[in-house]
Amino acid sequence: MNTLQRIAFAAAACLGLAAGAVAANDISGAGATFPYPIYAKWADAYKKLTGIGLNYQSIGSGGGIKQIKAKTVTFGASDMPLKPDDLKAAGLLQFPMIIGGVVPVVNIKGVGPGQLHLDGATIAAIYLGDITKWDDPQIKRLNPKVALPGTAIAPVYRSDGSGTNFLFSDYLSKASPKFGTTIGANSSVQWPIGIGAKGNEGVANMTTQTDGAIGYVEYAYAKQNKMSYTQLTNKSGAVVSPSAESFQAAAANADWSKADSYYLILTDQAGAKSWPITGASFILVYRQPTDSVQVGEALKFFAWAYKDGAAMASELDYVPLPAALIDQVKKTWRTEISAGGHPVWSGP
Amino acid sequence: MAIIDPRHAAKQLIFERVFRSATLMAAILVLVILGGVAISLLHGSWPALSHFGMHFVTREIWNPVTEQFGALSAIYGTLVTSTIAMAIAVPVGFGIALFLTELCPPLLKRPIGVAVELLAAVPSIIFGIWGLFVLAPVLQRHVQPWLIEHVGPVPGIGKLFMGPPYGIGILTAGFVLAIMVLPFIAATMRDVFDTVPPMLKESGYGLGATTWEVIWKVVVPHSRVGIVGGVMLGLGRALGETMAVTFVIGNAHRISTSLLAPGTTISSAIANEFTEAVGDLYTSSLIALGLLLFLITFSVIAAAQAMLRRLERRAAL
Repeated sequence: MNTLQRIAFAAAACLGLAAGAVAANDISGAGATFPYPIYAKWADAYKKLTGIGLNYQSIGSGGGIKQIKAKTVTFGASDMPLKPDDLKAAGLLQFPMIIGGVVPVVNIKGVGPGQLHLDGATIAAIYLGDITKWDDPQIKRLNPKVALPGTAIAPVYRSDGSGTNFLFSDYLSKASPKFGTTIGANSSVQWPIGIGAKGNEGVANMTTQTDGAIGYVEYAYAKQNKMSYTQLTNKSGAVVSPSAESFQAAAANADWSKADSYYLILTDQAGAKSWPITGASFILVYRQPTDSVQVGEALKFFAWAYKDGAAMASELDYVPLPAALIDQVKKTWRTEISAGGHPVWSGP
Repeated sequence: MAIIDPRHAAKQLIFERVFRSATLMAAILVLVILGGVAISLLHGSWPALSHFGMHFVTREIWNPVTEQFGALSAIYGTLVTSTIAMAIAVPVGFGIALFLTELCPPLLKRPIGVAVELLAAVPSIIFGIWGLFVLAPVLQRHVQPWLIEHVGPVPGIGKLFMGPPYGIGILTAGFVLAIMVLPFIAATMRDVFDTVPPMLKESGYGLGATTWEVIWKVVVPHSRVGIVGGVMLGLGRALGETMAVTFVIGNAHRISTSLLAPGTTISSAIANEFTEAVGDLYTSSLIALGLLLFLITFSVIAAAQAMLRRLERRAAL
């Protein structure tokens, strides 16, 4: 073997090693923007612990679904669950990873956080343009003790397609048949009135700037900016405030065991403590992955996040899944994700 | 001994040829990229265009739930915001350029010139955030209520200034766009005015013309072509601007007569909705919006070219 050949051989070996090292180490995923902060925080902690990094591109749920279907990433992430038929057609499996809530916020003179009480039908009527003043009898009836001004209501909505929009419009569709038939639920919908602001920060800003405004933002955003959130009447008729407990109650009261492929939208769940605009963010992986080692690593990461990531999630005002649901998800992993007849994940 | 070394000459010849083909390749690359963009836009938008046909450009509806899409409101918003922007930016930019080249005391010339160029370097997201957090509240509290109260009742024009003062909307978007395109227009026009030969101007003054007469009868006619070029450069940017508009336009797929109402533009609709768009028809409709913007920009440039050619022909006579 001459020198040149030897060098070439060594170089090839090095390249092979390097490629192998990258492939074995980094988990790649893409999708929803809503859970990005917590995924990034988990990834950071996990990397310090195990040396395995997570490369998560928060390009939006639609992008995440496209990327996993194109098999360019190990997992996709979506704020909207995929329908069981779509999953089967693509050979994908989905499971919930983290829970969050959407909170209506208002800007009415003299009304502080948690003082106004609304229900789904009333909010739907506001966003349909059927209720236009804050001293409308329907709002007064829900708030006999609050002094409501006759200001015009200025509805603010999220203009960019988002899971927040999906949860909010899904809730209003369930609460008001008229909203369901004329508007419907989606990551962006055609709002008949109001003004569209970009992102949580845009909605929050428009709401605080405009007298008489109503908007909706992710819980963390309402809490950290001390916005005037409202209470809501839930499906059981109870009046609830947004909190980690009421989001988790909604997730715990949902009947996940009966939901095919975890296709369950957490809005408008029954239970005395359930917050009605709650939603889970989902992960998508292949049932029979070609890159089974990668998927195994990803599932190890998710298992670790379920167990040790709960406190970090709470710090960022996300809500961890209830314990029973985690056990169910892990069982699904064991039984339904396999490569060459062997389960890809076999942890506790 | 020969004066020209033949080996050197041969080397030069090869170098010339290589350089020539390299520049040719660079030029062709532009055409290839442009063609590629056009083809992929057509390909991507085909599902939507074949499904909706001509209705895609004539309908106002944009409903992702029922998958009914029409681009009319986005086209309307794009054209109206750009028109507002040009209506403000062209006269102001023209004024800045004239002042800098003809009237400015030498001490102020550099600071103002640098400031105009700096304005061009500000990223669009900064304009968007500034528009949303600083400009919109001012318009909402002080400007729009006045417009609604005093201009609103005027018959005809009043229709443009009705409805609640949201602060953001078509007018605000046009205003932010005007500020964004102003430096392009001003800088281009200034450079063009600078190319007017001093001898021409001095001859004008020598014949007893006033500054006003020199500007309108010597400087402006001499730089007509450049003025049109500057306006088109600004218009091109106004039509395609995305981020700043998304922040301040209110993002509603509706056509309202009032300029204070929220609207949408082609590029802001794409920026807003593409990330979370699920489903072929939805994605394809967004790409079709991109194709429409491509066509609008293309026709604007074509119109500008035609206008320039006419001007040149008239100047040659």
